[in-house]
Amino acid sequence: MENNIREIVLPGEIIDLQGNKPGTGIYIENGIAFSEILGVKTIRAGYVNIIPLSGRYHPQKGDKVIGKVVDIMPSNWVLDINAPYLAPLHANETPWKIEFGDTGKYLNIGDTVLAKIMSVNEVKQVWLTMKEQGLRKLEGGHVISVSPTKVPRIIGKEGSMIKMLKDMTNTKIYIGQNGVIWIDGETDNILKVVGAIRMIEREAHTIGLTDRIKEYLNKS
Amino acid sequence: MSGMKNDIKLIDESGRRIDGRLYNEMRPIKIEAGVLERADGSAYIEWGNNKIIAAVFGPRETYPKHIQDPSRAVLRARYNMAAFSVDERKKPGPDRRSVELSLVISNALSSVVFLEQYPRTSIDVFIEVLQADAGTRIAGLTAASVALADAGIPMKDLIAGCAVGKIENRIVLDLNKEEDNYGQADMPVAIIPRTQEIVLFQMDGDMDDSEIKEGLKLAIDAAMKIYELEKQALRNKYVKLAGGDFDE
Repeated sequence: MENNIREIVLPGEIIDLQGNKPGTGIYIENGIAFSEILGVKTIRAGYVNIIPLSGRYHPQKGDKVIGKVVDIMPSNWVLDINAPYLAPLHANETPWKIEFGDTGKYLNIGDTVLAKIMSVNEVKQVWLTMKEQGLRKLEGGHVISVSPTKVPRIIGKEGSMIKMLKDMTNTKIYIGQNGVIWIDGETDNILKVVGAIRMIEREAHTIGLTDRIKEYLNKS
Repeated sequence: MSGMKNDIKLIDESGRRIDGRLYNEMRPIKIEAGVLERADGSAYIEWGNNKIIAAVFGPRETYPKHIQDPSRAVLRARYNMAAFSVDERKKPGPDRRSVELSLVISNALSSVVFLEQYPRTSIDVFIEVLQADAGTRIAGLTAASVALADAGIPMKDLIAGCAVGKIENRIVLDLNKEEDNYGQADMPVAIIPRTQEIVLFQMDGDMDDSEIKEGLKLAIDAAMKIYELEKQALRNKYVKLAGGDFDE
């Protein structure tokens, strides 16, 4: 992985598969592979993928996301998860025992929820679930959103970056794969974390970022 | 307004046009990608005296619901000229011309975007002409295609184009305002550079068969140059990321 030179590709650019299979972000025309998005070419496990540099969140089964309730139905809620589609959460997929029509007593419009993507079907309909340990309604706190493509950088290698942010500022942080981040703690500390995340976003491409974030957190 | 009676000399004896260009020269073009914070993707283009900004939102939920398509996304482009974009104040709001241009630009962009990847959504493209100086539909389309790529929307290729026209019985590339107003014909062309398929082709004025062929060739050559500028603009925004670390 490290010795691959990362090259930026643009839509319509020919991709040299080098004997690998075409993965995501590639389309084939007359036997030739082309990139369909603006992204970075990576080769992993025999597949060439184009990792997008921008764009909306693409829901994927098993992702933990943070959503905002935008609508309430008698037996489900509708959540905005920063994807092209709104995602419903059914009352049966929650840890609570809910009577028909009582959904509003548990989650209201504007509430923030940590949920998991249960399924995505071929017409891109997304269903959410909260039936897993750790998935819950997020009360209080502060929500910010970043580009979903920057999420891996904010988490860091094996969670190193996020762990440092939590430890050094004494805050609770949840990061959704959809780029929505929930932070709770003292106001000053929240602001510190937001500042650090914006810095990561801006400098995601640089080396030695963890050290600079550490410096930033120590200084402010 | 082509073919207005005039006594302006649009091409001098040495073959130079009023702004000093030769028949096959374009105006200077500057493209910048990602200029807006709120939009999913955006681009700004300066093409001669044209100044145009394009913003892309989506794919997102379609409103009004009845236009949504269960099999593909709906791409809606909106071309709008600012009231201050032309010499005399332009009455704000959509008019016959901008409705037409919105349609031809939407159709051109729809032919490169993989709409079937986002069923039931809409991709909204806003093209705002801040300063107009002839050739805004192609300049707007160019900016819109850069903005779409910047928004991370999957597409076959970018779109590039250029207008050609006829002044003083000669075919020239990329008309400016005076040439457009007092010339004989104006023909905007946009292509998919990789395959050279035409996605937008209009003509206002009179040109014969051989003139159209000559013009088309000029326009396609120019479009290929503009394609390079578009790619450069997108790379400039992200070039720093190239050496970055994308490991999870």
